[in-house]
Amino acid sequence: MGVKLLLEKAHVEGIRSYEVYRREGGYRAVEKALKTMSPDAVTEEVKKSGLRGRGGAGFPSGMKWSFLAKPEGVPRHLVCNADESEPGTFKDRYLMEFLPHLLIEGLIVSSFALGSNATYIYIRGEYAWIPDILEQAIAEAKANGWLGKNILGSGFDCEIYVQRGAGAYICGEETALIESLEGKRGNPRIKPPFPAVKGVWDRPTVVNNVETLAAVVPIINMGGEEYAKIGVGRSTGTKLISACGNINKPGVYEIDMTISVEEFIYSDEYCGGIKNGKRLKACIPGGSSVPILPANLLLKTAKGETRYMNYESLSDGGFATGSMMGSGGFIVLDEDQCIVKNTYTLARFYRHESCGQCSPCREGTGWMEKILKNIDMGKGKMSDIDLLWDIQRKIEGNTICPLGDAAAWPVAAAIRHFRDEFEWHVKNPQECLTRNYGLANYADPLVIPA
Amino acid sequence: MEGLLLSLFTFHFSLFMVPFSEEKLAKVQEIIARYPEGKQKSALLPVLHLAQEVHGWLSAETMDYVASLLQLEPIEVYEVATFYSMYNLKPVGKYLFEVCQTGPCMINGSDDIVDYIKQRLGIGVGETTPDGLFTLKTVECLGACGYAPMMQLGKHYKEHLTREKVDQIIEECRKTAGQLN
Amino acid sequence: MSEEKKLFKVTIDNITVEVEPGTTILNAARQIGGEVTPPAMCYYSKLKNSGGKCRTCLVEVAAGSTADPRPMPKLVASCRTTVMDGMIVKNITSERVLDARAGVVEFLLLNHPLDCPICDQAGECHLQDLSYEHGKEGTRYEFNRRTFKKHDLGEYIQLHMTRCILCYRCVFVADQLTNKRAHGILDRGDHAEIATYIEKSLDNDFIGNVIDVCPVGALTDKTFRFKNRVWFTKPVDAHRDCSKCCGEVQLWMRGDEVFRVTARKDEWGEVKDSTKGGPGWICNECRFEKKDAKDWTIEGPTQVSRHSVISQGHYVNVVKPKETLPDVMGGRGPKLLMNIHNVSEVNSPEIELSKIAGPAHSDDFKNSLDNGK
Repeated sequence: MGVKLLLEKAHVEGIRSYEVYRREGGYRAVEKALKTMSPDAVTEEVKKSGLRGRGGAGFPSGMKWSFLAKPEGVPRHLVCNADESEPGTFKDRYLMEFLPHLLIEGLIVSSFALGSNATYIYIRGEYAWIPDILEQAIAEAKANGWLGKNILGSGFDCEIYVQRGAGAYICGEETALIESLEGKRGNPRIKPPFPAVKGVWDRPTVVNNVETLAAVVPIINMGGEEYAKIGVGRSTGTKLISACGNINKPGVYEIDMTISVEEFIYSDEYCGGIKNGKRLKACIPGGSSVPILPANLLLKTAKGETRYMNYESLSDGGFATGSMMGSGGFIVLDEDQCIVKNTYTLARFYRHESCGQCSPCREGTGWMEKILKNIDMGKGKMSDIDLLWDIQRKIEGNTICPLGDAAAWPVAAAIRHFRDEFEWHVKNPQECLTRNYGLANYADPLVIPA
Repeated sequence: MEGLLLSLFTFHFSLFMVPFSEEKLAKVQEIIARYPEGKQKSALLPVLHLAQEVHGWLSAETMDYVASLLQLEPIEVYEVATFYSMYNLKPVGKYLFEVCQTGPCMINGSDDIVDYIKQRLGIGVGETTPDGLFTLKTVECLGACGYAPMMQLGKHYKEHLTREKVDQIIEECRKTAGQLN
Repeated sequence: MSEEKKLFKVTIDNITVEVEPGTTILNAARQIGGEVTPPAMCYYSKLKNSGGKCRTCLVEVAAGSTADPRPMPKLVASCRTTVMDGMIVKNITSERVLDARAGVVEFLLLNHPLDCPICDQAGECHLQDLSYEHGKEGTRYEFNRRTFKKHDLGEYIQLHMTRCILCYRCVFVADQLTNKRAHGILDRGDHAEIATYIEKSLDNDFIGNVIDVCPVGALTDKTFRFKNRVWFTKPVDAHRDCSKCCGEVQLWMRGDEVFRVTARKDEWGEVKDSTKGGPGWICNECRFEKKDAKDWTIEGPTQVSRHSVISQGHYVNVVKPKETLPDVMGGRGPKLLMNIHNVSEVNSPEIELSKIAGPAHSDDFKNSLDNGK
């Protein structure tokens, strides 16, 4: 059993309510921070903890906080990014649904550190029932003096508001989220200026992921240095992983980042192995945008070392033989899955979600989708594979926001590791409609479940 | 002439647009108060959600009304309403089935679920049953990948879908609709 | 004690120039001029917030500044990146830039109808110039090109959405030059379009300037539609007393007939500053209603770059050419094989330009139009 910092109390009955949450030690971090610490001291603890953004980019959160501009007389804002939309990722939803007060507590402490008197939770529109849960928790917190004016006599005022999006993956990008919060189309802004200087309503703004802000609670409770002792290297603390695909136990798991990928997939504590006794073919370990890895490169690095569930190990080998921790959306594909079809559905997703502002993404995502659909339907040409490679190369790095990269990487990785499967589709236009390519030879060595 | 214009105006506003109730107008004021002075445009997404609750979709008249509530130009509302996929710009059935079809749902058989719903309701994707009860839509990732295949129905998610479960959901909808009538 | 303002030194393709702090790389390059200036399809110096979207002006920053000489990892949009002292920029000397730019040109042309033969913008189209200078021959795109539902923007402005590259310039014009914007970008992704949502004509006094800022043939002058090719007309500078705008324009004439009125443009294709100061935007009345040479005081021929196709209409014999066809045909006018207004209906799903082998022929349209009936 690994350390649990966020989900420790997730199964306590009634933990969603204020009374139970408080009885279980909730809001201690607010007491500690507001009564005994200065805002800068809170930021300092977060820096010491080594906490990295849990939304996908993995940027050190304490550093992000310290970039926040603090011009005299200009209000600042903290915005919680709850626009969880990366395929494979559903961890923030779990946190908000079952432990709403943990997020609220993290938000109060973080708002105090950043000097945000009005803090916003921007939640994806499809999670339509969760704002009610969060607003209920906010009302309870306010009724008990944890929100409002002069909290705990500290002189700090804070209100938290929930804002619902309306269906746009792009609003998970922080500047698109800010635009959306301002009531506009979710077009990412051109940077600089960065939100830390000019964010929502042109005021200095920090945008953090739900899990990141929830993690501030244990950091303050135990101290940044203690938190940093959990995990390994620059992967400190615990990480929520949402596991899905062809596994026995899909769901949200909290891991300390010392366990191996193999343990995560096969142990009963986590995914419980591949469903129906099938064999592992491939995995997208950090949400649909990160490179897909064949089984052999997933469990072991190219150097033959064990691969672990942390930032460094998952990206070992770069994009050539590694992937990324990303948002923690862990998608497992068994031997019966078709890589071409899977890549096609992801390409369709990115085409659907492109805001259309800059030309490489607007035009390139649709082009890739069409070619992939053709290959999947047995209508592809051999030259299409190289064409796909060239298109993704011309999108990557050339767009306003990272959606271009997010659309390019899955296609690049699928071709890099599974080119033979693409070629098989082209060479066998009839057969590919009736059966899948299977494991071929890249899935070795495999751990075969007993 | 004036009378004609007036009646045209009333007709224009009455067909697809019901002005907000007192309760809703109060809610709009409460939402606007969340933002700094003069930044009422920020209330646009939440107010469009409120407006969609009335008819299940947003007509141009409704959007013009929202624009007047928030002191915006109508085009600012159209730009936003057409950007986000959850705003229905055409009428939809009483029950809107939005089935996820992205990667993780696809590998868990969402194609089969979509086909089954099509067959059960006798409609294609994007269509509404003649009785106006059901509309079927396919959508991209809804963030329930661990509970695939799944769909959104109104405010809630229906997860771990099977053919049996789809039957059950359709039956429940029909029953509720019958009780409402 | 006047302290001298410190200028920033920036080197672009090995040419060093000194510019005011806050200048963008693109504007620094424009001070040098010539080939080292990156092309810009969406940036427009006279429109606030424009730029950053089309990605044609991407450049490589080989050294950030003297203080921090590290290179920037990604190519940057030169129109939105300000220079630092000692910055080293590579534009046409960078393989990476040329490769990315060729990619952007291909993306911009992917769904473009390539209907230049019937497009009024041909001859002064920035997309034509861009593809000529930075594009590759042929396309690798083998799918149906995008079509849109048609929108009528009223009696002055013609919209061809299929040609639009979504530069947003026309939206900024409406925001910044008129008091009430009626059109905008609707929908998203590859279906995003310029529209009004409900049919509406654009008739604000200054809305005609969207035609001048449009880099392609998406927004053209309806009063000039199919009247003439721009290279057959001769531009002259002219002015009149106008209560609404500067009244300084360019008349596009053939003989003594005024075919079109536009604002005066500089070498970057942008509206010039007027002699009264400020950008020389013109009003709808000057643009659309004053088509008689008597309305104007003609100053003289407009300077046209020798590279431009327009310069081939030399300023010799500024009288209306004699129409010879009726003479040859015994007094009869030419028989129209078909009405060009019908031919131009390429924005309809029945006509699939990408399916037509070779140059489009009027029969391609004729058949499908007949079928449509």
